[in-house]
Amino acid sequence: MSVLTEGGPEPAGSPGGPGTAGPLAAADAASRESPPAAGDPSAAHLDLTGDTAAADGAAVAVHAGTGAGAAAFAPLPRRQPPRRVPRVFAIRTPIPRPSRLALTALSVLVPLALWQLLSTVIDGRPDYLPSPAQAWAAGLDLARDGLLLGDTVASIRRVLLGFGLAVAVSVPLGIAMGAFQAGRAAFEPVIGLLRYLPASAFIPLLALWLGIDEMSKVALLFLGTVFFNTLMTADAVRRIPGALVDVSYTLGARRGEVLRKVVIPHSLPGILDAIRVNAAAAWNFVVVAELFAAEEGLGYRIVRSQRFNQIDRIFAVLVVIALIGLTIDIALRLLRDRVGRWTS
Amino acid sequence: MTGTLCLKAVGKDFTRGWEQVRALEDIDLEVARGSFVCVVGASGSGKSTLLSLIAGLSRPTTGEVLLDGVPVAGPGPDRGMVFQTGAVYPWRTVERNVAFGLELLPLSRGERAARVDHYLAATGLTGLRHALPRQLSGGQRQRVAIARALACEPEVLLLDEPFGALDVQTKEDMQLFIRRLWHECGTTVIMVTHDVEEAVFLGQRVITLASNPGRVAADVTVPLPGERDLTVKRDAAFLGVRAEIEDLVRLYHHQA
Repeated sequence: MSVLTEGGPEPAGSPGGPGTAGPLAAADAASRESPPAAGDPSAAHLDLTGDTAAADGAAVAVHAGTGAGAAAFAPLPRRQPPRRVPRVFAIRTPIPRPSRLALTALSVLVPLALWQLLSTVIDGRPDYLPSPAQAWAAGLDLARDGLLLGDTVASIRRVLLGFGLAVAVSVPLGIAMGAFQAGRAAFEPVIGLLRYLPASAFIPLLALWLGIDEMSKVALLFLGTVFFNTLMTADAVRRIPGALVDVSYTLGARRGEVLRKVVIPHSLPGILDAIRVNAAAAWNFVVVAELFAAEEGLGYRIVRSQRFNQIDRIFAVLVVIALIGLTIDIALRLLRDRVGRWTS
Repeated sequence: MTGTLCLKAVGKDFTRGWEQVRALEDIDLEVARGSFVCVVGASGSGKSTLLSLIAGLSRPTTGEVLLDGVPVAGPGPDRGMVFQTGAVYPWRTVERNVAFGLELLPLSRGERAARVDHYLAATGLTGLRHALPRQLSGGQRQRVAIARALACEPEVLLLDEPFGALDVQTKEDMQLFIRRLWHECGTTVIMVTHDVEEAVFLGQRVITLASNPGRVAADVTVPLPGERDLTVKRDAAFLGVRAEIEDLVRLYHHQA
């Protein structure tokens, strides 16, 4: 008790001074014969060393009340604990394997069931909305005639040419834009502008300039993907930490070596991500390109089937387009995961 | 003088927006070959800027940095650098990280491998040679960064808060590790840290930087034996120097 009396008088004028020490006064009354002199700041401390329960309670109140400016507020309201939710609805929480498989199965089966239901409701008009079974049969028909294979090969070849060319141009350009401020300053404005011009709007021009055969279709694919892929590649390259570049110079690497041995390996997974996204766009554009003046290809098959009112064939081709797209996506994702094994 | 790192009236200005900011002013410093010097100072005192000037990653606005009497013109493997985050190549295994600098030199495959083996052993990483950085702890990653720098046989090893992100126990392990390595390699070490205890424990000299602009406030020779273990941290001499430097850092921190 005496230690505290000597050691720690509260500074006069502190927020928890005698004027505001309400709970304290009650504790004082309980444990002291005479009330403390008003304006004696040390009196507050005197009683805190008392060994009665009342004094202990007061000590808690004093510490809560005199802490840095907290005295002015009513106690913070506390919210009810949140309702417990099943794990499936918890943010970023792994879910049990059976749940995952069930959800994956549903995501395919529900649309398929809706398709079946709708085609039944529309009352068996295969020229309007064929059922999945009818589409399947039409697909088998197409495959038997060898048309499906020929069309698929034609479309894939155009994608490989057009998108391949776009990758060949956009990856080096993107690396230059990502690695050099000058490259960014020189190319980003114009590419940022060009990418907003819809590629399909170029179809008439391309037909005029390049004719209506392969060239114009390849060019459409190229135009539709090259700008996006450049900008996304540049973004991936720019994500390299500065310290990684700096430390390479201190290990004796020259500029070209830093680019080749550090910048490019570091951005490769990101570049593959960009390619995967834009491959989907390329696969879209090839069908658009084939809607006009083609002799084979999946898009051409759709137009032709429409002309002969073979709606079931259109659906068969749509399913094939979707499946090939999915295959490309999975293949690129596997490649990316292999190349980017080092990313956590 | 050969083997000496020498800073003569070094100053560094940065442009921040329209403003010119003076990060360092009039730094005169001489570091003898083979010595261990620590640099402390409040944040914003230009400690890291100083290292980057010595590394050659940036150029001084005034004055010059000399290594063996030759002005530093840019970064190079004679001044190895270790960053706080380690900056190890995440796609390279431990051994290929250590090999990076050697791959740039005309060495036979066998010689390169032998050198890599040597530095892996010296840093206790032999068992982890095929691991990727993401599989390593923070301390192990810093060992990789140190081994990678040492493999280039630098005249000077520059450490920029290398243990700043490690937990206390790992940090002490790494302090003992870097002292042992320094004894074995005899390389000059300049280490920037905000931890005064670490600076006094590791350094033969502790340089305190003042802030705004950064300049040398004190240059203290640590009166402790060359061979030190962790018990030194409880010595009166140790505690005295530590308190003295901590007061200085605090003083300049509040002036900033």
